[in-house]
Amino acid sequence: MWQMDTTDKAIINRLQGGLPVCERPYQVMAEQFGIGEDELISRLENLLTQKVLTRFGPMFQIERMGGAFSLAAMKIPEADFERVTAMVNTLPEVAHNYRREHAFNMWFVLATEKPEGIIQAIARIESQTGYPVYNMPKEKEFFVGARFTA
Amino acid sequence: MSIELDSIDRIIIQATQAGLPLTPRPYHDIAEKIDIPVDVVMRRIQVMLENGVIRRIGAVPNHYALGWSANGMTVWDVPDEHIDTLGQQVGALEFVSHCYQRPRIMPDWNYNLFAMVHGRDREEVETKTAQIAELLGKNCKAHTILYSTKILKKTGLRI
Repeated sequence: MWQMDTTDKAIINRLQGGLPVCERPYQVMAEQFGIGEDELISRLENLLTQKVLTRFGPMFQIERMGGAFSLAAMKIPEADFERVTAMVNTLPEVAHNYRREHAFNMWFVLATEKPEGIIQAIARIESQTGYPVYNMPKEKEFFVGARFTA
Repeated sequence: MSIELDSIDRIIIQATQAGLPLTPRPYHDIAEKIDIPVDVVMRRIQVMLENGVIRRIGAVPNHYALGWSANGMTVWDVPDEHIDTLGQQVGALEFVSHCYQRPRIMPDWNYNLFAMVHGRDREEVETKTAQIAELLGKNCKAHTILYSTKILKKTGLRI
């Protein structure tokens, strides 16, 4: 089985911080890890294949573009969970969706280009699934800084 | 604050939202694909980084694969009049990755402060949650932890 080595860990830890905008960004970063540009690229490809990284690229803040994000929750009976998951996940506005241990057992993030898109997506989910959606948009952000050390 | 994006920005966002090419000259490859000069592409991306449309360009790790297998969304019922101070204190804890105020939805949901806590196991999440409870003291009327048990979808933004 493939295992991460110390170089992979350094890449994961350092590259959460940011890739520069220049002609050869991977070459610039590769120097910091003491490896070649080719090796950094193939390690990143491998980390994505192994699903250690879910994505590599720009992280957008849709609110800054006039769009909106919201967190929404639903209480779905166990027997109906799979059907509702499939319906909710079909919507392109659903950016991620987590199952959680609670009466509110489905939690998803909606991202839409326009603020009214949130309400439209919620209305669609409610009518398709037959269950209410609890909309919990953030009222204030105190901190966002997910950093996971490998 | 909302930033006005034009059609060039939108084309760049659409070309990169699934990920940056893993090629020696990724910005050049994007530019070629969307038929926009590379200096324009790079300048637009730089501006979007500066104004926050792009938070950063980098790796998004799967925290489960890194051994951070316990993911607890801790939720707290605290007095609205003190939430600014309390939210900042909780958000400043080094183990809290996200901290937000969200609306109560009565009578089903009386929690107004959300703090995401990650740990290598649930015991670690519970220890950290106890630290938050201690910090909030009498200001906390109720709290609970909602552990994630499955990622049902994770694609990120699509415009």
